[in-house]
Amino acid sequence: MKVVLDQDRCIGSGQCVLSSPEVFDQRDDDGIAVLLAEQPPADAEEGAREAARICPALAITVAE
Amino acid sequence: MLSRVVVVGASAAGLTAAEALRREGFTGELTIIGDEVHSPYDRPPLSKQILRGAWEPDRIVLRPDALLADLKASWMLGTPAAGLDPIGRKVVLADGREIGYDGLVIATGATPRRLPFGHDLAGVHLLRTLDDTLALRDGLRSARSMAIVGAGFLGAEVAAVGRESGLEVTMIDPLPAPMIRQFGAELGGLLAQLHQSRGVNLRCGVGVSALTGEGGRVAGVELSDGSHVTADLVLVAIGATPATSWLATSGLRLGDGVECDQYCAAAPGIVAAGDVASWHHPRIGRRRLEHRMNATEQATIAAKNLLGAKIPFAPVSYFWTDQYDVKLQVYGRSGDDLDFHIVAGDPTEGRFAALYGDGHHVTGAMAWNLPRHARLLRAHVANQIPWKEAVAPISTNVGG
Repeated sequence: MKVVLDQDRCIGSGQCVLSSPEVFDQRDDDGIAVLLAEQPPADAEEGAREAARICPALAITVAE
Repeated sequence: MLSRVVVVGASAAGLTAAEALRREGFTGELTIIGDEVHSPYDRPPLSKQILRGAWEPDRIVLRPDALLADLKASWMLGTPAAGLDPIGRKVVLADGREIGYDGLVIATGATPRRLPFGHDLAGVHLLRTLDDTLALRDGLRSARSMAIVGAGFLGAEVAAVGRESGLEVTMIDPLPAPMIRQFGAELGGLLAQLHQSRGVNLRCGVGVSALTGEGGRVAGVELSDGSHVTADLVLVAIGATPATSWLATSGLRLGDGVECDQYCAAAPGIVAAGDVASWHHPRIGRRRLEHRMNATEQATIAAKNLLGAKIPFAPVSYFWTDQYDVKLQVYGRSGDDLDFHIVAGDPTEGRFAALYGDGHHVTGAMAWNLPRHARLLRAHVANQIPWKEAVAPISTNVGG
């Protein structure tokens, strides 16, 4: 799995960090998401998919 | 086992429900009915990036065509639904066709409220759809002055875009400050200062009695105190009502939206999600939310429940608004009926976070340009931390 994060779209909701803390974090200053693991380990894949589904800014895509 | 599901509504909630149905193993016939001609698109950027001209419409499509095709659904776009027969299990379209179903998702969204006058004048706009937005954007290019009736989310966001586009902007609301219903008086006061500091002529505590025109074009707004605001563009942003008129004779319970139980079910075989749905939140009672995040979360649970799951829908809701360089985010419940207490940062520094409470527990958390804090404070909402404990000085250390 490859996770792609579009920081230009990100609104800093932090929803991805809630559903997938192994894969995402937020910058301190503006809350924009950062990718911790572009290719998440198997046990973090479902969390990454969930993050892509719920992101209110459509900033995350997951290629299987 | 369902064999034929119809989704009425082809925006965020409808599309999410359709995707969730497939993901959960529904292999039957799937029909998606939408009143707009466009493929599903995202609405929050309409009053921000699209209106400002920073993005073109191709950036807000919700899914690329290939993913839409993967759904193997029949799409009926530009096709408003006009009625529902829940006994015969048929959706009736505006053109008279009938579409049978054994499972139905209602996701028809909301319709902007209108003033009882003035909408026949050129230059008077509503903002809900992409087409609305492009029309207003065209208007912004040639206008010198804009009056915005209503200082809620939409009005306040458009006021910011109007100022950034160099227009004279007047924002009018009968309440004492912008967004008081959503945020309460203290934060409303800060928003009033924000807009005034950016040059908005803010007219709060006064109503609108007429729109004035010249030769069929709007020329201004007459206020209830007798004053007149000159404007060659007017946006009416006085909220929205759930789009339930097509359900008027269906027999479904319609209050403030389609009334659902805690499982998002409106009747056997019928669920509702998104702006149109009022449901019983297991912890806080009947709610209806017009938030982007809710469309996704509610549609996912509604779809699962339509397929036979029994999952109560009990979210910690989330919404945000962008105005100028300010990002406001709220988790949970906020509003003018709740206590408000700043727990981090300082409004005078332009960054702070606060909690809302009902006197007993924390109900909501908000942040003004402190996005990370919003998420960290969310735990206080989810765990319903006692108010006294949450606002004690030690709790200001939210980590991070």
